[in-house]
Amino acid sequence: MKLVTAIIKPFKLDYVREALSEIGVTGVTVVEVKGFGRQKGHTELYRGAEYVVDFLPKVMLEIAVDSNLLDSVVEAISKAASTGKIGDGKIFVTPLEQVVRIRTGETGPDAL
Amino acid sequence: MVDQIFELQYAIDTFYFLVCGALVMWMAAGFSMLESGLVRSKNTAEILTKNVALYSIACVMYMICGYMIMYDGTLFLSGIAGGESLVDDVLAASAENGFHGDSVYSDASDFFFQVVFVATSMSIVSGAVAERMKMWSFLLFVVVFTGLIYPLEGSWTWNGKDVFGWFNLGDAGFSDFAGSGIVHMAGATAALAGVLLLGARKGKYGPDGKVVAIPGANLPLATLGTFILWMGWFGFNGGSVLKLGDAASANAVAMVFLNTNTAAAGGLMAALVTARLWFGKADLTMALNGALAGLVAITAEPSTPSALIATLIGAAGGVLVVLSIVLLDRIRIDDPVGAISVHGTVGLWGLLAVPFTNPDVTFSGQLLGAATIFVWVFLSSLIIWGVIKAVMGLRISEEEEMQGADISECGMEAYPEFVIE
Repeated sequence: MKLVTAIIKPFKLDYVREALSEIGVTGVTVVEVKGFGRQKGHTELYRGAEYVVDFLPKVMLEIAVDSNLLDSVVEAISKAASTGKIGDGKIFVTPLEQVVRIRTGETGPDAL
Repeated sequence: MVDQIFELQYAIDTFYFLVCGALVMWMAAGFSMLESGLVRSKNTAEILTKNVALYSIACVMYMICGYMIMYDGTLFLSGIAGGESLVDDVLAASAENGFHGDSVYSDASDFFFQVVFVATSMSIVSGAVAERMKMWSFLLFVVVFTGLIYPLEGSWTWNGKDVFGWFNLGDAGFSDFAGSGIVHMAGATAALAGVLLLGARKGKYGPDGKVVAIPGANLPLATLGTFILWMGWFGFNGGSVLKLGDAASANAVAMVFLNTNTAAAGGLMAALVTARLWFGKADLTMALNGALAGLVAITAEPSTPSALIATLIGAAGGVLVVLSIVLLDRIRIDDPVGAISVHGTVGLWGLLAVPFTNPDVTFSGQLLGAATIFVWVFLSSLIIWGVIKAVMGLRISEEEEMQGADISECGMEAYPEFVIE
């Protein structure tokens, strides 16, 4: 099992959600986050004076998947979240040791 | 029958005064919303407390001695209700003035209309010193400003008294219809004196002296506040005609309403376009300041300009206010809401625009009046702010400023259910 953590542009969330549903992903956790990468922050203007926005708003998704679904999940997110411009985000994949469904006590891939 | 018509005219003019006073009172709500929208959310409860408190202190101080100083009234307004001969006095005064002559109205309504102007003038100060001044130091200043500083300059202008027995502004050809100078520039001048002694908000200027923007927390509130002020201004300028009860006066009132409205619209459009051309974006806060600038600009003379000229006077105010805000920012006069620019810079413009449309008024008289108001209010305010600073301090501590004046001054937050960085 793998944990896919994707950081994407907020307005892309709906597209990513649809793409994931289509390939059979049954659950996603979404968090609103702020941060910076190569895009850094940007400056805005208020009453003629500049101010720097250091951290840009992003959306972070966490998806626990069976290993055989991993490639299609990563591909679906990459495709749906892409604009081709700087700031599209990143996808992290980490091994996932255990999953427990609290209601039934199922564990492992059955709990996904 | 003549007596009954006079009584009716008295009733109409008194009623008109009271309704306009109530409209001006509502401007206190406008200032509260505008200011709470343009400060950061950690200073919201404090600025609201300041606004409701200053309004109340202004009302009480003007009742105690302000009205007495300004209009030769009596201490605590004693006798303002009128004696047993009230109706006879009214009829005698009406007969003397004639149906088309000067208005005769209830003394109490006159007080009510005047007192809300004091509060308006004072409201201007609270925005400029926002986010860093100790609340009780501010309220102490309110007592002196509304009880003495404003009433005295008001007596030289609207009541025609000699300035310290020295010269007379009315004789010099000075005129300020509803108070571009007497109310607005006076408030801005007191604010300027306070800001000079208070200093800028922490973080407003970078280590290299660069101006850093500190965005306001709630632009919907700032917009609502601007619309409330815009509406209240119909009472401010409209009521200053002082009479409704004959055809000529009713027409004058209608013209004043029209010009007040169109000047605000002109000011907003001009400021919006100026901001777009200069900064590349349509800065809402500048547009809001532009509407208020248009209103302040037309306040000195809303009755003589044509609708087109009134729009242009307002538009010039709208351009001026954007320039003034950016300039003051650069010379390190930190005014979170732009009050000094809106009411001071544009207040002066309003005074100077009067001679264009009113031949009875002279530029020299306007300049003398503006200088008199500025010198008196600035020096007396500087002294009072200085004394307060020496005795109890003007500024909250750096840590309190970081945490927000809501906690340090009021012990509560405006939005306790939000986590605020």
